[in-house]
Amino acid sequence: MSESEIRATVLGILTRIAPEADLTALDPDVEWQDQLDLDSMNLLTMMVDIERATGVTVPERDYPKVSTLNSCVAYLMSRTPVAQ
Amino acid sequence: MPVLGADMERGTLSRWRVTEGDHVTKGDIIADVDTDKATMEVEVFETGVVERLLVQEGETVPVGTALAVLVAAGETAMAASPSPVLAPSGDRAAAQPVRVEASPLARRLAAKLGVDLDAVRGTGPRGAITRGDVEQAASAVSAATPPATPVAALSVAVPAESPPPRATPPTPAPAESLPPPATAVAAHAPVPASTHGADADRRAAMRRATGALMARSKQQIPHYYLGTHIDLGHALRWMEEANLERSVAQRLIPAALLLKAVGRAARDVPQMNGFCVDDEFRTVDGVHVGVATSLRGGGLIAPAIHDVDQKSLDQLMEDLRDVVERARTGTLRSSQMSDPTITITNLGDQGVETVFGVIYAPQVALVGFGRVIERPWAENGLLGVRRVVHATLSADHRVSDGHIGGRFLSAISNYLQEPASL
Repeated sequence: MSESEIRATVLGILTRIAPEADLTALDPDVEWQDQLDLDSMNLLTMMVDIERATGVTVPERDYPKVSTLNSCVAYLMSRTPVAQ
Repeated sequence: MPVLGADMERGTLSRWRVTEGDHVTKGDIIADVDTDKATMEVEVFETGVVERLLVQEGETVPVGTALAVLVAAGETAMAASPSPVLAPSGDRAAAQPVRVEASPLARRLAAKLGVDLDAVRGTGPRGAITRGDVEQAASAVSAATPPATPVAALSVAVPAESPPPRATPPTPAPAESLPPPATAVAAHAPVPASTHGADADRRAAMRRATGALMARSKQQIPHYYLGTHIDLGHALRWMEEANLERSVAQRLIPAALLLKAVGRAARDVPQMNGFCVDDEFRTVDGVHVGVATSLRGGGLIAPAIHDVDQKSLDQLMEDLRDVVERARTGTLRSSQMSDPTITITNLGDQGVETVFGVIYAPQVALVGFGRVIERPWAENGLLGVRRVVHATLSADHRVSDGHIGGRFLSAISNYLQEPASL
């Protein structure tokens, strides 16, 4: 997957989890948990959806590495077959 | 019209999913109901044939109003000749389509408490009515207003399924001074296809309903509050190790451990689990935990997860996922809103350290959890850093005192020190 595809995928997942959020106003370098009022169940759902959409399993210990849009995209880029 | 929340006075039947003559099985979704808070799916608690629909789509009726007449297999429809619509006139009407099975003790108790066994859903063998069912139904009757709202025989109303969340005060709480239930809003926007205006109306109605419920709670319940810091180190390490062996979808989250610990503790300390109606405490058999859930866009709802103390962590995760998803998409089922016996609120994800909760009357206790934070922690003379949560208890002084409340919090902590036993 390309970076833009991954970014679009992540934004699509966020849209499903927080449908009321204005993602155009999302700061890609600020933790989305604070911006989007996500709770731990939302985050788990997000990890499930990311795995389903990209094939990348994010271990719990890596949650801090995927806590912003940009860091998440970078993390997934580094682990998807095309990126490698 | 089932009681779908402690603050529900009435509801709008937005859609029938069955028609007269349909065969339905226990657990089937038969209707959608709009309340101030959400659209919810109404389940049927008996198997049989829909003899008659008593409430029209779009109609708003008080809690307790019969929605339909159901005739059980083998019974004749002839017996079921209910009055058309059981308006809140005090007319107990309604026929008796199904034979009521009840123990002698339950029958005596029903006679003593003035409970109509026809309106009670039994939870005993083959649906027989038990003493506990009668006690719950009695509490429903005494908590409800207007008092004479009838429940049809085998309607889809749920007196036994739902103890009386409607905690209208025994002593008059100034019903006229409370905000109106505002269910008219729901009538204008029966189904999820809501406009921004309808959403705003619903949010406003929800805020009024929550405010009224909390005001009544604070007026009537002599709250006391306790708090303790719980070392979650063992529990979280155990969970993280367990999650290494699990798929992402099967991972546990701390909320599931806290939920189970509260369920087990409520089983151990029954004074925290039940209902107080007319200053009389009634324990209940199951531990059904209401999970306070914030709705995206504002508002609060507390659907129940049933028999928490009996379920595995995996099952609780599944249930948590289900109720949170349903709460936020407005598709809760009637059984999920009907009978929480104690409530948990967890604001840790929002960064809150300590929660001072308000009890959902007629429940008698609410447990609050804050954020898990690292703190210096001394144990056996050694100082270390532990992940700690501040657990609080809001409890009803009519039912328990601080000593018992302390035992309850201590039990929660003890269970969390042995996470593998959860």
